[in-house]
Amino acid sequence: MHKYAFGVLLFSSFYTFSQNCDYTLTGSVTDQHDGSSLSGATIIVAGTQQAVQTDLDGSFTISGLCNDTYSFQVSHPECLTKGFTVKINGNTTKDFKLEHHLEELNQVTVEGKTTTESSKTLVENKISREELERYTSASLGDALKSLSGVSSLNTGNTVVKPLVNGLHSSRVVIVNNGVRMEDQEWGAEHAPNIDINSVGNLTLIKGAGALQYSGDAVGGVIIAESPRVPVKDSLYGKTLITGSSNGQGGAITTQLTKSYQSGWHGSVQGTLKRFGDFEAPDYVLSNTGTFERNVSLHLGFNRFDYGVEAYYSLYKTEIGILRASHLGGGLDQIRAINSGVPLIINDFTYDINAPKQDVTHHLGRIKAFKRVDGLGKVSLQYDFQRNNRLEFDIRRGDDRDKASLDLELDTHTVMLDLDTRIKDEIKLKTGVMGRYQTNFADPNTGVRRLIPDYDRYNLGVYAIANYEVNDRWLIEAGARFDYTFMDVFKFYRTSFWESRGYDVLFADLVVEDLGTQVLVNPELDFFNASATLGATYDIGNDYTLFANYSLASRAPNPSELFSEGLHHSASRIELGDLRFDSEVSNKIALTLQKDDEVFAFTVSPYLHFIDNFMIIEPTEIQQTIRGNFQVWEYRQTNALLLGFDIDATYDFASNWQFNHQFSLVKGYDRTLDLPLINMPPVNTSNEIVYRNPDLKNLRVALESVYVFRQNEFPDNNFELFVPQTETFEIVDVSSPPDAYHLLNFDSSVDFNLNTRSKLTVGFGISNLLDESYRNYLNRLRYYADELGRNYFLNLKINY
Amino acid sequence: MKNLKLVVTAVFATLLFAACSNDDDNGTPEPVNEEEVITTMTITLTPEGGGTAITLRTRDLDGDGPNAPVVTVSGPLTAGVTYNGVIELLNETENPPEDITLEVEEESDEHQFFYTRSGGLNVATEYSNFDNNGDPLGTEFKLSSNVPSAGTMTFTLRHEPTKPNNGLASAGGETDIAASFDLTVQ
Repeated sequence: MHKYAFGVLLFSSFYTFSQNCDYTLTGSVTDQHDGSSLSGATIIVAGTQQAVQTDLDGSFTISGLCNDTYSFQVSHPECLTKGFTVKINGNTTKDFKLEHHLEELNQVTVEGKTTTESSKTLVENKISREELERYTSASLGDALKSLSGVSSLNTGNTVVKPLVNGLHSSRVVIVNNGVRMEDQEWGAEHAPNIDINSVGNLTLIKGAGALQYSGDAVGGVIIAESPRVPVKDSLYGKTLITGSSNGQGGAITTQLTKSYQSGWHGSVQGTLKRFGDFEAPDYVLSNTGTFERNVSLHLGFNRFDYGVEAYYSLYKTEIGILRASHLGGGLDQIRAINSGVPLIINDFTYDINAPKQDVTHHLGRIKAFKRVDGLGKVSLQYDFQRNNRLEFDIRRGDDRDKASLDLELDTHTVMLDLDTRIKDEIKLKTGVMGRYQTNFADPNTGVRRLIPDYDRYNLGVYAIANYEVNDRWLIEAGARFDYTFMDVFKFYRTSFWESRGYDVLFADLVVEDLGTQVLVNPELDFFNASATLGATYDIGNDYTLFANYSLASRAPNPSELFSEGLHHSASRIELGDLRFDSEVSNKIALTLQKDDEVFAFTVSPYLHFIDNFMIIEPTEIQQTIRGNFQVWEYRQTNALLLGFDIDATYDFASNWQFNHQFSLVKGYDRTLDLPLINMPPVNTSNEIVYRNPDLKNLRVALESVYVFRQNEFPDNNFELFVPQTETFEIVDVSSPPDAYHLLNFDSSVDFNLNTRSKLTVGFGISNLLDESYRNYLNRLRYYADELGRNYFLNLKINY
Repeated sequence: MKNLKLVVTAVFATLLFAACSNDDDNGTPEPVNEEEVITTMTITLTPEGGGTAITLRTRDLDGDGPNAPVVTVSGPLTAGVTYNGVIELLNETENPPEDITLEVEEESDEHQFFYTRSGGLNVATEYSNFDNNGDPLGTEFKLSSNVPSAGTMTFTLRHEPTKPNNGLASAGGETDIAASFDLTVQ
């Protein structure tokens, strides 16, 4: 927090003097109750751009004031914001007192430096802590979906992968506590391995603007951070318990933080989540239960000019995959699609059987920073991640309980960053990153490796500068360069190696010829440049305009390069291509924002060209003894995505608020002049919220979500001969499902247990009308409906 | 500045360490032979009372790879003869080939073969072996043909079908094998 305060102080102290006004107002901000000084309080001078923050002792200085009467707005994360009027007469002294806001008493500051600095010319969408707590028993992807322009690519209802403006997987980078997640994010059925309850602040940047983390975030960057800890003697915590009717399960999460005035702080957080089979309105979705266990620890020492922090988190989840989605070929697919209901429906159970995923993710981070006079803030971070992914298929005989996929991905990263000022109005952020990653695919599965063994080395350098031209204009420019080297050992089927012509093209890569398989050792280099250029213009009257151009470049991921074989959960054969080049994206994004207390909105249109876009799509039918499978091959093409997102809130009466969101994205393959597959359909959500602080802080909300039918899609249907009926039948894997409308109800009230503790009780109903529907962006949409009505009860105790 | 130098040194030392630590890992990965893939199905039809057996075989040595299965039928069936059929399933990616029929027969409750005639083929089939509950398994069967005809015979092996069932259409489960043979009865 003090880093931030320092920044703002520094920033504000360079304000130019206007007229002959050079008087100062000095004083302190204290707690009305116990007189303790409040550090990090923000004081805004009404009618100007000037704002300062109080230092460690709670004192402040505002300069450049005239002999006049001013209004000040004083705010602090843990207090009620209050207005004061002060008459300035020469250099004046005034102390401000704030009252602790009970509701916020135990909340912690969520504004961290990393998020506020990620990009200044791309609008950041944030999810508040209050909002996040409503998703305690859901996933990160579910919470992100509440933002405009974000959908999700689902596998059933428990594997939820964020889809940002139509892009997903390797194109959406997730940064967890300053660590770029390396959790085999390439797979469309791999959900992010983050416990939503460990996140204090969730920020989304739709675009590649956050160059300090990556240059390949073609779709966007999601930044999750732990709650910040104040520098004061304090012990606080919270516990959330959620129970849901659908899935007959729930979650419990608890968090305890201890902090000291000296700067030491520590916190521990844990979550346990358990659900049985979920239910669609008309049937049980057999084998869709989940069991998740997470724990995270935080330990740190934070002073104004230096600090060190250690973070560790363990995420472990077991996810059942809809039993009826495991199929043996095209003929089974016809049966499943034509059936209308899942082919396998069993009684409700908590058991999770094959097909299932069992994923463990360890993340450890050590970070230290030091402010060096005349240089700036230097930070050094080392992080280690280990992702172990087990996937279980329906198997036979001795292999029955053995995983079909067993991958262990280890990643080590070292980052050195420098935050500095070249001049008063030019800030520079620069750094260098080194990363080593190794993947080990356990051969004991008895199934050929889906992702081969590889070692990958990355080296990245970046610099981002922003220039405050004047009160209205801010310009930002950045560049990043990444070098990637991959050393891969892969076994190819000889028949595939030859059918692709690799035996001629890459003859020198062969290490060993085993007859039916060849072992090859590709060594791949990728050079990727990325850049961003943007401007922010304060139009006045609460209007701001953001404009940003970003160039991003992404090296192909192991799945795009090396896939070769049957993917059971998709009932198709997937083939990568060793010859791929990096994908290059050019995106122009504009945002018009009105930030007003009564009526606020953002409108964000964008235009996104992606060259060498890696896309997987069906090419042919392959015969096997098991019957015929559709072959999906990765290929590179040039794509265009365009669309816009709208967010608006309107306080149309006291205590009443109306929220609106609308998102549209169109994606085209410019080479083939066809629509892109899996583009989110147009969707809109409208919500009415009633809040009454005087009535136990009552909050009641009714939300309507309408998702249109996707009318633009490529036709990937294929024909198969069905021996029983002696007819050819079309396997319709393309047609999107119909539009649907959902109503969701949510409510909460607060009870003060004593001066320090508060109980929040929430009750809600999702899919209020018990609507049966299917979602175009659910990979299992052919086999089953989405979830039916769900009643849920949340209890939250802050202490 | 001193601190910065220290920090820079530390970074490069770590990178160097990471880069070097891999050098001892010079072994190449071991190959994986698909354990469950069925590459070969051989159906031997032996005439009751003696005579030359007829062999139907589909063989796909690269499993899910690009090569299509090679399907062979050793000769025509004779009208008026009843054949004893035996199905053998092999995984020939392993050496020696693994007999998958044994696994299927061990888990007879979870498997069933179905025989589908099409295109005017006029033959009758009857299950000869059964699971522990007395429901058909079908790795052994009887096939008889009374009149000359020609058409296609499809053999389907379902894993975890509903048992008992009224045939393929209502059997459910997952297809492990679906192979068609062009047959002639003369």
